[in-house]
Amino acid sequence: MAEIAVAAWPAVSSPGAGLESAPSTPRQHCLDLDDYSRAEIEQVLETAAAMQEILARPIKRTPALRGRTVVNCFYEPSTRTRVSFEIAAKNLSADVVTFSSGGSSVEKGESLIDTARTLVALGADVLVMRHHLAGAPYVVARSAGAHVVNAGDGSHAHPTQALLDLYTLRHRLGDLSGKTIGIVGDVLHSRVARSNVHGLTRLGAQVVLCGPATLLPHCSTLPGVTLEHHLDRLLPHLDAVMPLRIQKERASAGLIPSLREYRREYGMTLERLERLPAGAVVLHPGPMNEGVEIDPEVARSARSAIEEQVTNGVAVRMAVLYLLAGGAQ
Amino acid sequence: MILANLRGRADLQLGSGGPRIDCRGLTLLPGFVDLHCHLREPGLEHKETIRTGTAAAAAGGFTTVCCMPNTEPAIDTLATLRLVQDTARSQGAVRVLPIAAVTRGRAGSELTDMAELAGAGAVAFSDDGSPVADSRLMRLALEYAASFGRPVIDHCEDPRLTAGGAMHEGAVSERLGLPGWPTAGEEVMVARDIALAAQTGAHVHLAHLSTAPAVELVRAAKRRGIRVTTEVTPHHLTLTDAWVERGGYDTNCKVNPPLRTDADRAALLEGLIDGTIDAIATDHAPHARVEKECEFESAAFGISNLETAFGSLMGLVHTGQLPFEVLVDKLTRGPAAVLGLSLPEDDWTLVDPDAEWMVDVDRFRSRGRNSPLHGQRLTGRVLLTVCRGVVAFDGLSEAVAA
Repeated sequence: MAEIAVAAWPAVSSPGAGLESAPSTPRQHCLDLDDYSRAEIEQVLETAAAMQEILARPIKRTPALRGRTVVNCFYEPSTRTRVSFEIAAKNLSADVVTFSSGGSSVEKGESLIDTARTLVALGADVLVMRHHLAGAPYVVARSAGAHVVNAGDGSHAHPTQALLDLYTLRHRLGDLSGKTIGIVGDVLHSRVARSNVHGLTRLGAQVVLCGPATLLPHCSTLPGVTLEHHLDRLLPHLDAVMPLRIQKERASAGLIPSLREYRREYGMTLERLERLPAGAVVLHPGPMNEGVEIDPEVARSARSAIEEQVTNGVAVRMAVLYLLAGGAQ
Repeated sequence: MILANLRGRADLQLGSGGPRIDCRGLTLLPGFVDLHCHLREPGLEHKETIRTGTAAAAAGGFTTVCCMPNTEPAIDTLATLRLVQDTARSQGAVRVLPIAAVTRGRAGSELTDMAELAGAGAVAFSDDGSPVADSRLMRLALEYAASFGRPVIDHCEDPRLTAGGAMHEGAVSERLGLPGWPTAGEEVMVARDIALAAQTGAHVHLAHLSTAPAVELVRAAKRRGIRVTTEVTPHHLTLTDAWVERGGYDTNCKVNPPLRTDADRAALLEGLIDGTIDAIATDHAPHARVEKECEFESAAFGISNLETAFGSLMGLVHTGQLPFEVLVDKLTRGPAAVLGLSLPEDDWTLVDPDAEWMVDVDRFRSRGRNSPLHGQRLTGRVLLTVCRGVVAFDGLSEAVAA
């Protein structure tokens, strides 16, 4: 069966539209989408489509990363992202080690750089890193000597989530040029929103960030991005809406008066679903607070692509890992 | 206040019968005075000691440094004050003037025995690192300290507005997903302190001003004759929040107050030149490696600053942003005047304003290697520092070797 998988490879690595304009120096890390060109994003999405074909086979394996070691470093609890990366790496025949750890490096007394260097000395080729503090993967990428994939850092970035959102949206909506995507809720603290803004605008979409002023950015202006406080006004203009998870602590910290008021103004209810144009899609990065930012009926409706997002995540992460570490060394 | 521009042939003799030094092209200045540094001793010797901190000061051209009391324990009793003074006397390369805490343990609730501490040599009072958040206590501290002629130095930060803040709140913090420290967090406290100084007639000194609105508040207060003095750091005059992003979450750019915008930087420079800001103070804040090689939000605040201050500030002179005379004044007469002191005659610093050098933290005298300027080329170098008539730093042989 391995032969079948090997035979699939040329299709992935043969120069396609995306590959022709890929940068001449190979990418070392996937930290955020802000340094991905449109061509490079297209390349990931095309590679992910090839991975999807592999995943449709009875044996979902290819030897692309055989002999490579992927270490998943999870400094913050995660289920879907951790399992998704593990399955992705295993599908590529990599050796996979996952560890979870809490706290910061300062609390442990060992510098984050020393920890990363230790993992590389132990044989890690790729470090997939989830951390509750923004920028942690950058510190590691600067000095560790391994490929680093950011699996979510604090409120900063979550590039593979954005890539799987792009993949899902393209599958549902086709070319994203000129499409309008609404990201709703706690944008200020959302790594998913930040990375999606970079990715969506690169692919030519308009992004509207919608939420109360206390949860939206105030200072940054990006081309193709606008702000809106009233969801009901926005919905009829959207091709896709992405309600973000609202952390319950935001209410106790005073950023919103109550979860009840939040749901009233910004919750994706069935009534609001009706205000979307025909063909518009609902996404959610998960995990959901059902009954707060999204109602269960909406999440399970035909317009919801939430389950597809999860499935596509494996193919997209396989693509990211393959493009970073799958080449000859 | 430039003692001599040594254009023609000029020899300096160190002491009677000491070596003669050829000083052509160099400039002789009074020894620099630093109103604000952290020597970390007692209690935090893994970051810095009085020996290494004063050696760094001497290498930076400073002959007098005022050390902040956020040690462990804090400098809040006569015993700790004496310990710092005795250690400085036996191990210090330059003069050390301790600043004592305003409140016991810097906890913000009870005043220290200020008269006793002042009598024993505390030159000012500060809970630096934290503000005196309780406005009534701050008022009492100002009144009480004024009765024996000492200023209270406040670290202006509204602790509720800035809670968790890791960098300046603005476009960069929003892009990087880091919690912001808003401009208003400083402005609110500066306004309060000015009001309290006006109410009491006492002298308040505001540490490390960082924002344009704060400069404007101080300018107006001085015009009204309120006894407020201020300082600014080399990094707030030369760097901005863009450095955090440029360095990819460079924790060596994490300071409190944070690096601000270019508009703030310009306002600080303007305030320095027009006299709103009285002094340049380094806020030298050395830290151990592990405290900086970590996630940005868990990294310690501070820059190891003493050894790069002059060189980085000379960049402002060479680019025409700051007159050399103003720079010298704000490093010497300005800070001394804040404390009501005159400059010692046997302290001086010999500099080469045009010498280029590369910052290498591994050659710092300070134990703190936390500098965002590592690898940068600076123009302007301290060559010789003499304190109490004795060579405290000799960079001449080093400069010749390089």
